[in-house]
Amino acid sequence: MLLEARDIVFGYERGKAVLDGVSLSVEAGGRVALVGPSGCGKSTLARILAGYLKPRSGEALIDGSPLPKRGFCPVQLIYQHPEKALNPRWKLGRALAEAWRPDDRFLEAMGVEKAWLDRYPAELSGGELQRFCVTRALGPETRFVIADEISSMLDVITQAQIWEALLDVAEKRGLGLLAVTHDAELARRVCSRTVRLGDG
Amino acid sequence: MTNVLEVKNLSLSFRMYDGAFSRRTVRVISNLNVTAREGEVIAVAGSSGSGKSLLAHAILGILPKNASLDGEMAWFGRPLTANLQKRLRGRELALVPQSVTHLDPLIRVGKQISRDKATVARLFDRYHLEAGVARLFPHELSGGMTRRVMISAALAGEPKLVIADEPTPGLSPHLAEHAMKHFREIADSGAAVMLITHDLSLAIRFADRVAVFYAGTTVETAAAADFADTALLRHPYSKALWAAMPQNGFTPTAGAQPYAGDLPEGCLYAPRCGLRSAECAEAPPSRALRGGEVSCFHAS
Repeated sequence: MLLEARDIVFGYERGKAVLDGVSLSVEAGGRVALVGPSGCGKSTLARILAGYLKPRSGEALIDGSPLPKRGFCPVQLIYQHPEKALNPRWKLGRALAEAWRPDDRFLEAMGVEKAWLDRYPAELSGGELQRFCVTRALGPETRFVIADEISSMLDVITQAQIWEALLDVAEKRGLGLLAVTHDAELARRVCSRTVRLGDG
Repeated sequence: MTNVLEVKNLSLSFRMYDGAFSRRTVRVISNLNVTAREGEVIAVAGSSGSGKSLLAHAILGILPKNASLDGEMAWFGRPLTANLQKRLRGRELALVPQSVTHLDPLIRVGKQISRDKATVARLFDRYHLEAGVARLFPHELSGGMTRRVMISAALAGEPKLVIADEPTPGLSPHLAEHAMKHFREIADSGAAVMLITHDLSLAIRFADRVAVFYAGTTVETAAAADFADTALLRHPYSKALWAAMPQNGFTPTAGAQPYAGDLPEGCLYAPRCGLRSAECAEAPPSRALRGGEVSCFHAS
């Protein structure tokens, strides 16, 4: 399996392009770091690859065909701020069931406590919520994970815990990973290759 | 070096209503010790949401009414009373807040920094802001400009202590480095800087000393240079942080920080600690060790 960005052009304002002909690819089992200065379009590219944004031109492709328009998207995006990725009025159990239904063993391996499922997002810490969001993104149909600064707001221990769990699943299932990060040390630890956007 | 601010055994609780008739007390800071010295950057490093900002609010005396404080705070050796806080605040004791929302959206930024135009001009010059920026409203500033404006506002009163509350999230490494250099300069010119941050690597690079914050207390205060090697660190939690850093082992320790309101008795780190023993049922006092401070019975 291959996730590809092909000649992506995208801009938020008329006449200006944040991404101007960007291409990159992540293979199944690959671990790619996406780095670059603030505002160079890393998060925008992440959202295009996950199917949340439509590029002006160019394509996001999975094995040569466009991302599916309906159903579970095989490319799952995990955000920097988990509290913004969850509906504040839904208990976590409902937010999880919307994506898939992991068994107890999987929850335990990810460090998600069953008691959390009966709580609202505001009742958990940022680290707990991020752990939950990673779990939610790892459904059986997921083939690629895009991690957009998922641990930059966390302390280093929680960061290492979450990456250990995520990398373990990615390795077992041969998932492809694109990690957007500012942290060169983290990129070196987690990824096997680096793609640079902008002048950075 | 003169101690500008000394915080000893500080505890902070909130009285909250549990339903209509029952009240309970939630402790968020316990037995916290930290000292800010002239010419030094001290970092208070701990995870987001663990109550670090409340420390800043306690020092400034801007806690909400349902807070109750215990312990000692001294300003150049004198007790830091509510009256003294009020006199110092915005002058000798300044806060660089976390976000733009702390600026008044309806007042031009020049006026928010100082009524004295010469002071504004001097600070703008120092932080490479164009004179025209003084006439802008906060929403017209870029992220980097906002930060420089907030630093200027803090420095207008020629402070002896600058407290910076999470000054870097959302900044690229380049801009974060810039912001940190500003704080370094402030310390180098003689003031004390207290940097409250969740970013341990940044703290290690730019601070002189690091106070490691866990579940509402400081478990260790170490020279930033001590983070070069786990053997130089004192507390088991600091060593766990060290081991989890990507450049070291990237090895996580199991467990999570306890919540305020659900804190264990005795040592707050004991439930996760490999060195735990019977005496850890008591809260370990802070003691001097190898040029730093540690709250642990087993540290040596």
